[in-house]
Amino acid sequence: MGKFLAVFVARNLEFFRDRSTLIFNLVFPVVLIFGFAYAFPGGGGTTFKVGTIGSPPAAGSAADVAFLHYKHIQFVPYDSLRAPLDRLAHHQLDMVLDFEGLEYYVNEASSNGYVLERMLAPEGRAPAAAIFAKKTVSGAPIRYVDWFIPGIIGINIMFGSLSGVGFVIVRYRRNGVLKRFKATPLSAFEFVSAQVLSRFFIVAFLSLVIFAGTDLALHFRMAGSWALLALVNALAILCMIALGLVFSSRIKSEEVAGGIMNLITWPMMILSGVFFSLEGTPRAMQAASRAFPITYYIESSRAIMLDGAGFSRIAGDLGVLAAMTLVFLAAAAALFKWE
Amino acid sequence: MAESPASVPILEVRDLHKAYGKVKAVEGISFSVREGSCFGILGPNGAGKTTAIEVVETIHEPDSGTILYRGERVASSFKENIGIQFQDTSLQEFLTVRETLELFSKLYPAPRPLDEIVAACSLEEFIDRDNRKLSGGQRQRMLLGIALVNDPDLLFLDEPTTGLDPHARRNFWRLVEGIKAQGKTVILTTHYMDEAEYLCDDIIVMDHGRIIESGRPRELLLKHFGEAVIRVPRAAVPAGAAFSCPSEAEEGFVAFTCADTDASLRELLAGGVDLSGISVERRNLDDLFLKLTGAGLD
Repeated sequence: MGKFLAVFVARNLEFFRDRSTLIFNLVFPVVLIFGFAYAFPGGGGTTFKVGTIGSPPAAGSAADVAFLHYKHIQFVPYDSLRAPLDRLAHHQLDMVLDFEGLEYYVNEASSNGYVLERMLAPEGRAPAAAIFAKKTVSGAPIRYVDWFIPGIIGINIMFGSLSGVGFVIVRYRRNGVLKRFKATPLSAFEFVSAQVLSRFFIVAFLSLVIFAGTDLALHFRMAGSWALLALVNALAILCMIALGLVFSSRIKSEEVAGGIMNLITWPMMILSGVFFSLEGTPRAMQAASRAFPITYYIESSRAIMLDGAGFSRIAGDLGVLAAMTLVFLAAAAALFKWE
Repeated sequence: MAESPASVPILEVRDLHKAYGKVKAVEGISFSVREGSCFGILGPNGAGKTTAIEVVETIHEPDSGTILYRGERVASSFKENIGIQFQDTSLQEFLTVRETLELFSKLYPAPRPLDEIVAACSLEEFIDRDNRKLSGGQRQRMLLGIALVNDPDLLFLDEPTTGLDPHARRNFWRLVEGIKAQGKTVILTTHYMDEAEYLCDDIIVMDHGRIIESGRPRELLLKHFGEAVIRVPRAAVPAGAAFSCPSEAEEGFVAFTCADTDASLRELLAGGVDLSGISVERRNLDDLFLKLTGAGLD
């Protein structure tokens, strides 16, 4: 018991005296809790989701129909019709209301759409029926797993890259492997490049195996180009590895590395649309999601797989991923230290 | 007049300083190392030995001072000319000894053939074993092998036998002797005075970041202790006899401190001393270290 207590106390002292680890372990959960509280202020459980185009009608105007004030309907604003109509076709939205064109769109195959239409214009009666013209789209629902798979691959890329490069380099630095390499003619660039390429191969291989293996049973929807999807994946892996290099460039403690990794991965997992769509979340949160590389990966791979998006449609996401990769690599090169 | 190549030391260190914050780890040390010699850096824990050697290895930048390799300031190619065995090091895991050696061999432009390394370090019996599953002595031999992969002219060994059992230490010394026999220069830090006496041609003794003594081990012992202490039973020394070497009365004995053991023994014999009960004791580097630092080597 004495030995146990001695080790227990020594370990606690070690932890609490390591200020960096302590800060990361304290700050991160607090930030996460506040982040969730801000992002999901309600009790959760929206029943219906309606996409909207244009500004909502002024209060008291003819178009300000009672439907717009019902509870349990989430109104998600969009800039143009294209994205919400895609989502309506895939049953990810239940209705689209165009305040500018005074039209509403429903998917004839959607049960939620049927109910919402009855709430908006019961049996075609005025006033709403006289104000909003009906339009329809068609399309089979997209399974959650089809929507979810890019997120799962994205998480795999994120963890595989960050831990595989970040953690490993930190461990090498702590236990002296880096020092041993430093004593040889091997340059830092050569060492880091080898780590990057090795991890790129490993993560790409694992992602392919996970995707192909599960696809055998689940037959994911693939509406777009495999080559384009491969390109997005390759860029995302490089970007996450580069991010791993940045955070591992100087840290010597695996505990600090763990804290930083939590700080990076948890917000990315939750705020990048891996598990649920960010549509309808506060604009600040959506803006924050733009800071994470995985957001661009998930958006572009979903666009390719679910909507058949071509290069031009995802070029923006690819550009951001490429720019982030370059910035991370430059930062890692500037910050890297053997010891 | 320019120095002839033969007289240029393979390594020369001038007024080297290195501090970590307020801690002055190395304070103005200077020394030179002859080619083909084994040069020992001795000192207690915290004396600055490892810092000094790692600055010379260019692992750390010195705060000031000059390091010359064959008379020239060390350049980036210096790493290709030296081999290093660190005091503490880890290797990439899940590799065999052979794979580990191959990995490091590939980091150098002109590596030594693997078979030669294996033979020089006696790695045959565990060459295909996982590098995590070696005994202490085997691990040190493998690390020595890694230090030799580039066939270096200058080899740094930082406390290479610390933690080894006496048998493994002796084995390691034989390997170092073999390396010396190939004309390599060895710079060795050690806690063990017997190791320094056995292997080193020249030594420096460091304490608190400074060199407090330097020279050849035997000359230093002579300088500080004379060659040996000859103890003769008091009854064996004729009354009134006088001898050239200083003597001191001990309980039942007379202790003669002499510079030349052979000459002193002859003088004692000629003076009528009965040598049948004598003992001859040599002082060692441990004694020297105690004298210089006032502390034992821990």
